[in-house]
Amino acid sequence: MSATGIGAAVRRKEDRRFITGTGHYTDDINRPGQVFAYFVRSPHAHATIRSIDVKSATAMPGVLAVLTGAELGADKIGNLICGWMIHSKDGSPMKMAAHPALANGKACHVGDPVAVVLATTLAQARDAAEKVKVEYAVLPAVTDPAAAQKQGAPQIHDVAANNTIYQWHLGDAKAVDAAFKSANHVTKLDIVNNRLVPNAIEPRAAIGDYDSGTGTFTLWNTTQNPHVARLVIAAFVGMAPENKLRVIAPDVGGGFGSKIFIYPEEVVALWASKRVGRPVKWVADRSEAFLCDAHGRDHVTHAEMAFDVDGKILGLRAKTIANLGAYMSTFSSSVPTYLYATLMSGQYEIPQIYCEVDAVYTNTVPVDAYRGAGRPEATFVVERLVEVGAREMGQDPAELRRRNFIKKFPHQTPVIMNYDAGDYNASLKKAMDLADYKGFAKRKRDSARNGKLRGIGFSTYIEACGIAPSQAVGSLGCGVGLWESAEVRVNPTGSVEILTGCHAHGQGHETTFAQLVSDRLGIPIDNVSVVHGDTDKVQFGMGTYGSRSGAVGMSALVKALDKVEAKAKKVAAHLLEAAEGDIEFKDGKFSVAGTDKSAAWGDVTLNAYIAHKFAGQELEPGLKEGAFYDPTNFTFPAGCHICEVEVDIETGNTEIVAWTAVDDFGVVINPMIVEGQVHGGIAQGVGQALCEGAVYDKEGQLLTGSFMDYCMPRADHLPSMNVDTTVTKCPSNPLGIKGCGEAGAIAAPAAVINAITDAIGTEDLTMPATSSAVWLALQKANRMPHAA
Amino acid sequence: MYAFTFHRPQTVRQAASLLAKNQEAKLLAGGHTLLPTMKLRLAGPPQLIDLSLIDGLAGIEQSGRSLTIGAMTRHNDVNTSPVVQQAIPVLAKLAGMIGDPAVRHMGTIGGSIANNDPNADYPAACLGLGVTIVTNKRRIKADEFFTGMFSTALEPAEIITKVSFPIPKKAAYQKFRNQASRFALVGVFVSKRGSDIRVAVTGAGSNGVFRVSSFEEALKKRFSPKSLEGMTIPADGMNSDIHGSAEYRAHLVGVLARRAVAEAIGKSAA
Amino acid sequence: MAANTAAVSLTVNGKPVTAEVDPRTLLVQLLREHLRLTGTHVGCDTSQCGACVVHVNGKATKSCTVLALQLGGANVLTIEGLAAPDGPLHPMQEAFRENHGLQCGYCTPGMIMTAVDMVRRKGNDLDEHTIREELEGNICRCTGYHNIVKAIAAGARAMRGTSAAKAAE
Ligand SMILES: Cc1cc2nc3c(=O)[nH]c(=O)nc-3n(C[C@H](O)[C@H](O)[C@H](O)COP(=O)(O)OP(=O)(O)OC[C@H]3O[C@@H](n4cnc5c(N)ncnc54)[C@H](O)[C@@H]3O)c2cc1C
Ligand code: FES
Ligand code: FES
Repeated sequence: MSATGIGAAVRRKEDRRFITGTGHYTDDINRPGQVFAYFVRSPHAHATIRSIDVKSATAMPGVLAVLTGAELGADKIGNLICGWMIHSKDGSPMKMAAHPALANGKACHVGDPVAVVLATTLAQARDAAEKVKVEYAVLPAVTDPAAAQKQGAPQIHDVAANNTIYQWHLGDAKAVDAAFKSANHVTKLDIVNNRLVPNAIEPRAAIGDYDSGTGTFTLWNTTQNPHVARLVIAAFVGMAPENKLRVIAPDVGGGFGSKIFIYPEEVVALWASKRVGRPVKWVADRSEAFLCDAHGRDHVTHAEMAFDVDGKILGLRAKTIANLGAYMSTFSSSVPTYLYATLMSGQYEIPQIYCEVDAVYTNTVPVDAYRGAGRPEATFVVERLVEVGAREMGQDPAELRRRNFIKKFPHQTPVIMNYDAGDYNASLKKAMDLADYKGFAKRKRDSARNGKLRGIGFSTYIEACGIAPSQAVGSLGCGVGLWESAEVRVNPTGSVEILTGCHAHGQGHETTFAQLVSDRLGIPIDNVSVVHGDTDKVQFGMGTYGSRSGAVGMSALVKALDKVEAKAKKVAAHLLEAAEGDIEFKDGKFSVAGTDKSAAWGDVTLNAYIAHKFAGQELEPGLKEGAFYDPTNFTFPAGCHICEVEVDIETGNTEIVAWTAVDDFGVVINPMIVEGQVHGGIAQGVGQALCEGAVYDKEGQLLTGSFMDYCMPRADHLPSMNVDTTVTKCPSNPLGIKGCGEAGAIAAPAAVINAITDAIGTEDLTMPATSSAVWLALQKANRMPHAA
Repeated sequence: MYAFTFHRPQTVRQAASLLAKNQEAKLLAGGHTLLPTMKLRLAGPPQLIDLSLIDGLAGIEQSGRSLTIGAMTRHNDVNTSPVVQQAIPVLAKLAGMIGDPAVRHMGTIGGSIANNDPNADYPAACLGLGVTIVTNKRRIKADEFFTGMFSTALEPAEIITKVSFPIPKKAAYQKFRNQASRFALVGVFVSKRGSDIRVAVTGAGSNGVFRVSSFEEALKKRFSPKSLEGMTIPADGMNSDIHGSAEYRAHLVGVLARRAVAEAIGKSAA
Repeated sequence: MAANTAAVSLTVNGKPVTAEVDPRTLLVQLLREHLRLTGTHVGCDTSQCGACVVHVNGKATKSCTVLALQLGGANVLTIEGLAAPDGPLHPMQEAFRENHGLQCGYCTPGMIMTAVDMVRRKGNDLDEHTIREELEGNICRCTGYHNIVKAIAAGARAMRGTSAAKAAE
């Protein structure tokens, strides 16, 4: 391993600009003559819009225009779409309601954009927005997903009777019923997977800039996938043909899924820039972000697991109602279906699984993928069932897991997935050693002496990453292919630019992709630059989410590098006057086999361009190659997280006192970056388990609309974490990478709740397990010492 | 923010006369309550009167058995003052529990008590120590000053200039944080000065900071956590929201009061 | 709004600055919009995230919660002023890089400015508990804080006896 090659903890190339304050996030960019957009948003969760009077607002100082859904319609700007078709059990297609970028006669959630003010300064736009008079007829609202399906619930969209978008299922119901009949023990749980607000610290922003001379639009946008944004805004919204629309994603301050989707605000910024003939900038306030960034999770589930006398799992069944909010966001339909039920087998050999999912509309902010997307929800169901099952049967939870682990690969689960490689015992064992599981009983006694309840919780999770084989997702309803592209441009002097369709917003691609190239071509890492996030520069790509950039994006890069090497060998053959087949390439040097003749990388790259040594008819000058890589399978990172907590019996306050994570991510390019991804994922999972949760009141007002009420994990919520790995190579891609971006967020919630319930001795606890929730659970379980 | 004009008077008298001229004008101290409110357009004073150039409004002084802290004294200065640490260590500690370091560099004691946020820390200390609040017009006892959530006995054009703290024999403060805002979900301040025993509670009450006379009576017999064993306060009158029910808050008042007394007498809490 | 502006003079990163501003201009707006110092970020509107932290007269301050007009005569240091452009990094910046204390980088300027102030107040030997408590007002969504805590401890040690330690005083 070289100091900068695969496996080295190379310090990040991108850091200098971030630690010196010289990065360029969307809000740091200003266009000459730009004006500011401020949205008038519905204060009601559900209301008919009787009229919008923009007269006095339009007359305010600095105002260029006030635009509403009427103008949007007149200009034939199309609706936003959900790009993954799900069919119900009865074969009917999902019920996708129209989602205009500005409300058209009806507002469906608090924050639904109703009008936009364009003004010279932001303060002027905001002042004028208060003068827009909207007359609403308020309708009853529904925010709870189960209530939304009940008879008599407010109907949000005509297309969806009982607010039901689809009633989907996966698995063999009859076979599962049979398995349950033969069971020795059945564990049953009612689970709420709490609604989360992603809250990347950089709020979303967009600058739309229309050039009337060329008829082209440019969009600077906080997006994780600029090409997909361009495709949707061109093909579905109909703003401009793809070749007349450039999308640039500059430095992006975190995404976690929330910046995948195509939102109303960027569509409006583009459209308005043409309307007013000026670049239009919009930057979300945090309070606004709470009302317009897609939320995550929000499931209500009943789940059951059947065991035989030996504790072997016989079957699992689950019924979930998934809240998709007021409109179907870009990939929302896939999250509670193909990213959820397909992971219900966990790390276990489960002969039969059946999962039903109803997706519903409610008068809440749309819900879509958030770090882990479906897989944290699945893991929570499976890992809670296994843990509670073990407790109910009086078995050691680690032992019960071990007994049920899948040990032979490949393994076909009853829910589509074909696991290709793994060693679940290895990660469990290593984690238990690192966590000193043997010493737990003593630690528990020590805690008890200090009036604290100590608990330990496991989560042996699995995820499907490397999203995704295009054919497979196509057959399941996905509207796009999920391959990735890469281009390698070698300059005459031997330095290299690589262009990737992936997009980094914290993941460190400028370093890891360069490591791969440096390793492969034997050139210094500083001679490699990574270009991403601009549709004018980069060939089509699918962006970054689903832990795909390593497994899919880097695989495309490997393919392109293969081609570069092949071509460079041809050039070297001419240069060294040898047969192409005799050229060997190693450590940045081309040599002729069996001789001492060689040429350095730089000689060959220069020769590729000056083209003095070969004729154009036999070999094209230049050295630039591209590739598309379509994976043949998902990848299956898995591992074991162990959480240890102390609960203050009097206040219900939980402190996480230790965290151990042993993950199998396959081959690791940069362990430092991988560890960082794990830390961040765990923090988000701990946030979900301990303190985060979006709460709506009955009228549909978001009660947790700022950091004052929505608890973001702080440094003192978390311990330092003990993070380690085991390795089984992923057989389906050339590097053996599985992916690491979501593991922590997937594993953590179950580990925390398993630990707290172990400590307090009752399973009746919902997330987030705030001190008041834990106290209440203790009260209910009557474990509280007398009020004293 | 809504538009406003900005004034920087040099004296309290000038500030008061500006305030008297416009009922809607607001004093600006550290700005760490007022500016966030203005940014969210929940307040829109047409005039802001910045107190920071007025001489003599900030500072800490001890004379005999009383400690005086100027209205414009920042939380950080109270937290790190050797005088406060010596005279009323719990007050220094409490100031260090307010918000975060940056908030403590700006926020002031005058602003905090004038604002009387029902979850703020200083009001508990003021009521729990029986301070006297000194304004440009008069001296007001803490028991009369805090009149309900976000409301005080201050009259229009009245400016807090300093707070006078009697030095207790024993005192302690237990803060149980709201995990989102980091203000007090419940905070209990206890003190003992001769026969004057005070238990003041912030965060819990639906009407702002209050004293718990039943606890005070019990502690008069013996200043020990044992005296409070088994005691609670009724849940009605407690705040109830997504962060905790009235019952939970009432329960915490008991727990934290016992822990505070234990801390005050130098025993480990719990 | 009437054309209501006022002048303010202060020092930013060692350079005198005079600006004519709308009174509602926050320090962060003065920095980002008037002076084009965009390293100071805005991550919330309730003064909680700390992405905007700069030093005012040597003390960590949330630039989103101070008016420019409050700062006549003040000395402001931002992330851009911590090290000379193209010069060596400040030890705290270096520690963040070395310890992978950042991912998306958005919270990072505020974290670093908070960390430097932490060292000024708490010294060069910072234990984990102190660092975590002191980060009360800085939210990071990416790193889980683990590496930020490591970076700050390392940066604090590295600042011992350096001119950077003096400059922060
Ligand atoms: C992120 C954050 C976290 C916080 N956490 C806590 C916490 O944990 N605990 C806590 O107690 N507080 C907390 N606070 C509030 C903080 O302590 C405020 O600084 C304080 O409440 C107000 O003080 P100020 O000097 O900033 O007042 P300002 O915001 O300037 O003023 C507040 C109000 O008081 C009035 N006023 C100010 N000075 C005077 C005076 N001398 N006479 C009369 N009226 C006056 C003003 O007109 C205004 O109405 C937090 C604030 C923030 C932003
Ligand atoms: S932007 Fe200043 S604290 Fe969030
Ligand atoms: S590094 Fe992204 S928010 Fe901290």
